[in-house]
Amino acid sequence: MPIYRCSFAAAVVFSMLASVPAADLNSQINAIRNVSREGQGNEAAAAAVRALSEASANDLVQILAAFENASPLAANYLRNAVETVADRQLAAGKSLPNHQLEAFVQKRSNDPRARRLAFEVLTKVDATAADRLIPTMLLDPSPEFRRDAVERLVAEAESLGKDATDQAKQIYRKALSGATDSDLAKKISESLKKLGDDVDLVRHFGFLTDWRIVGPFDNHDFIGFDTAYAPEEELDFAAKLKAKEGEVAWGEITTTDEFGIVDIAKSVAPHKGAVMYLATAYEAAADRNVEFRFGTPNAWKLWVNGEFLFGRDEYHRGMAIDQYRVPAKLKAGKNVILLKLCQNEQTDDWAQRYQIQIRVCDPSGVAVLPVNSDSKSTTSLKPSKSRSPRLTASVEGASE
Amino acid sequence: MINLQTFGKAGSCRRVENGPAPNANAVRRIVPLVAAVVSATCLTGADWLQFRGNDVSGVSALSEIPTTWSDTENVAWKVDLPGRGLSGAIVIGDQVVVTASSGFRQDRLHVLSFDRASGNKNWERQFWATGRTMTHPKMCVATPTPASDGERIFAFYSSNDVVCLDLDGNLQWLRGLTHDFPNASNSLGMSSSPIVIGDTLIVQVENDAESFATGLDTSTGKARWKKVRPKKANWTSPTLWQDGDSTALALLQSSAGIEAVDARTGETQWKFGDGASTIPSSVVTTDALLIPSNGLTAVRLGEKVDDAEGSPEVLWNDSKLGPGTSSPIVVNGKVFVVNRVGVLQAADVNTGSTLWKLRLKGPFSATPVAAGKHLIFFNEKGDAQVVDISGAEGEIVGENSVGETILSTPAISDNEMFVRSDGHLWKIAR
Repeated sequence: MPIYRCSFAAAVVFSMLASVPAADLNSQINAIRNVSREGQGNEAAAAAVRALSEASANDLVQILAAFENASPLAANYLRNAVETVADRQLAAGKSLPNHQLEAFVQKRSNDPRARRLAFEVLTKVDATAADRLIPTMLLDPSPEFRRDAVERLVAEAESLGKDATDQAKQIYRKALSGATDSDLAKKISESLKKLGDDVDLVRHFGFLTDWRIVGPFDNHDFIGFDTAYAPEEELDFAAKLKAKEGEVAWGEITTTDEFGIVDIAKSVAPHKGAVMYLATAYEAAADRNVEFRFGTPNAWKLWVNGEFLFGRDEYHRGMAIDQYRVPAKLKAGKNVILLKLCQNEQTDDWAQRYQIQIRVCDPSGVAVLPVNSDSKSTTSLKPSKSRSPRLTASVEGASE
Repeated sequence: MINLQTFGKAGSCRRVENGPAPNANAVRRIVPLVAAVVSATCLTGADWLQFRGNDVSGVSALSEIPTTWSDTENVAWKVDLPGRGLSGAIVIGDQVVVTASSGFRQDRLHVLSFDRASGNKNWERQFWATGRTMTHPKMCVATPTPASDGERIFAFYSSNDVVCLDLDGNLQWLRGLTHDFPNASNSLGMSSSPIVIGDTLIVQVENDAESFATGLDTSTGKARWKKVRPKKANWTSPTLWQDGDSTALALLQSSAGIEAVDARTGETQWKFGDGASTIPSSVVTTDALLIPSNGLTAVRLGEKVDDAEGSPEVLWNDSKLGPGTSSPIVVNGKVFVVNRVGVLQAADVNTGSTLWKLRLKGPFSATPVAAGKHLIFFNEKGDAQVVDISGAEGEIVGENSVGETILSTPAISDNEMFVRSDGHLWKIAR
């Protein structure tokens, strides 16, 4: 085939593919959004991504808008389509819809993942975008934007001379207001302490510090994780309960740890082969969705208002702030939180921790404080008697 | 040496030069395996398609790698990487592919393709982790080495996300195995590298809570099979075995031992139940499997085992040949093991008898690779030690440093070696 005929054919094909009709765009987006567990919908989603990757730059914002309420799997398919379209445009020396992308980034009600992706695409062609946008994002719903904004403020504070203490404090305080990542919050807290200011990190992160506690129940040979002991049937803080070493009663445990770690081994006893239950009440101002975020080296189960949310049967593989994220719905008024924390029988030095760190926050990591909280405590010790339905250990239907 | 050219599916013209010592038995075993792995795509050059190479041996018998290199000598190129990674590079035709993870929570997953000749970036794709991303500080989310069937790239991460791309970076499918099975994770991190056997991607997701292995259809990502595995943390990678036209087996290692399963159906063919390490992985010889079990244990492969609970014959065991973190490697009838204190031991692969020992400078996480008569060891400090294994004793013939922490296993192809740190990817070649 002569070269000119090849070129013409290519041009025709390209012109056909250069823009995707709106109806096709919608159907392709729907195919991607329908992808689900265990690979269901993968073939249709892959075909849709192939088609979307031929979309024009002007279609980018519509694809980004499709992130709204998309599953994590669908979001990744959509991300690939956006990256492919943008890369193809840039490789061909074509422009991107900068103004549309920036407007999309700035609209905080848009999906945080999509906004961040739009920002990353925008910064490939606009070197000033980060300086223009990031300083406005200290309290952004996107944790990544917040982090960028906080880092800029920390750098600004660090650059100040020793004679600018008040100004540095002011900037650190501002930075802390947006900090949801533990490393930055810790760094800011330490800097403020050096400047003479105290930081209440318990309140900043929304750690739950005050609990009722009962146990130990039997967990030899790991039997306790799947055994429903009395607190899973009924929460009666006046009751005497049959436990591993005889009758036990509910006591109290409170932490003053800077990062809200409730340490059973130190504060109660270094039980081994044990199950302890912890309960507290959380007073919510209104019905709302939250995340319970955990860190623990022990196996655990979580119930809120009698509903089992999630459990994990893993011991001594590490502990970190926000290690686990469990979405939950809180109702207005009192909410009863029940935790089951299991310790195994390992004798190794590194397998003795029996502790948990738990907080309530929104999806961006900002603390959601109970209405009765003060600077010393975030939760109440006095949940009333609460009857729970028989609780299952199944993780089906649980989400994380 | 094995030099298998123009074999495999009709139309395939890729040369594969990765395999153990040559003999008729080895060729009989390898040909159908690699033929199943290699696609019909016509690409030139030898490939290194997965952890420890195409046949999971870690051996590139034809290659000659420089024994010395520095910033000004025998480093063809060095490129920046956007995130951390313990995963090794793979080589597919004219591209080198690596994975990385970035972000405060390591929840940004990267797949990068570089031009093999120049080091120029061909493309990069990013994804968000859908599973947990906590790991031990020494590990990271991009710890498993990706795999390829020559047409597709399968990137796997500690978050148990599996991403399949074509060679141009176009998404073919993805799976979130923790998204689907919410308790499948390890808070220390997951490191098992998947392997391709025929048209099935073998993935081990083994941990204390929800432990399984699965065989994914390479074209769709859907599970051909999924089976419950011992509920205990496991960082080992699967290996493979096929004798002639017999069923291709995925050999799954765990604390319980070895379970040999039909790679396509997941049906158990036999078990070795005397336990095994959960860190270094087994290696196959021409007719045996060397298992990090009670030191090192050799079991016979290729013989019919009566039922799924039957065990293969134990050929030998030596409690002093226990590997540390690095997996053993077999070259020319010898098995090489680095123990926990950095002593390299060479032993007769047929008897387990120790032939010689050589102290190396450790510690080691990376598994050594073989290029011709040399073994290349990268310790965690980034110091490479090149050992000549052709004589009666091992001899260190080259010591080089890249000056950065190296925990990943290198890839070797056509006299070129590719190794990565958290920050860079190097091509070592004359």
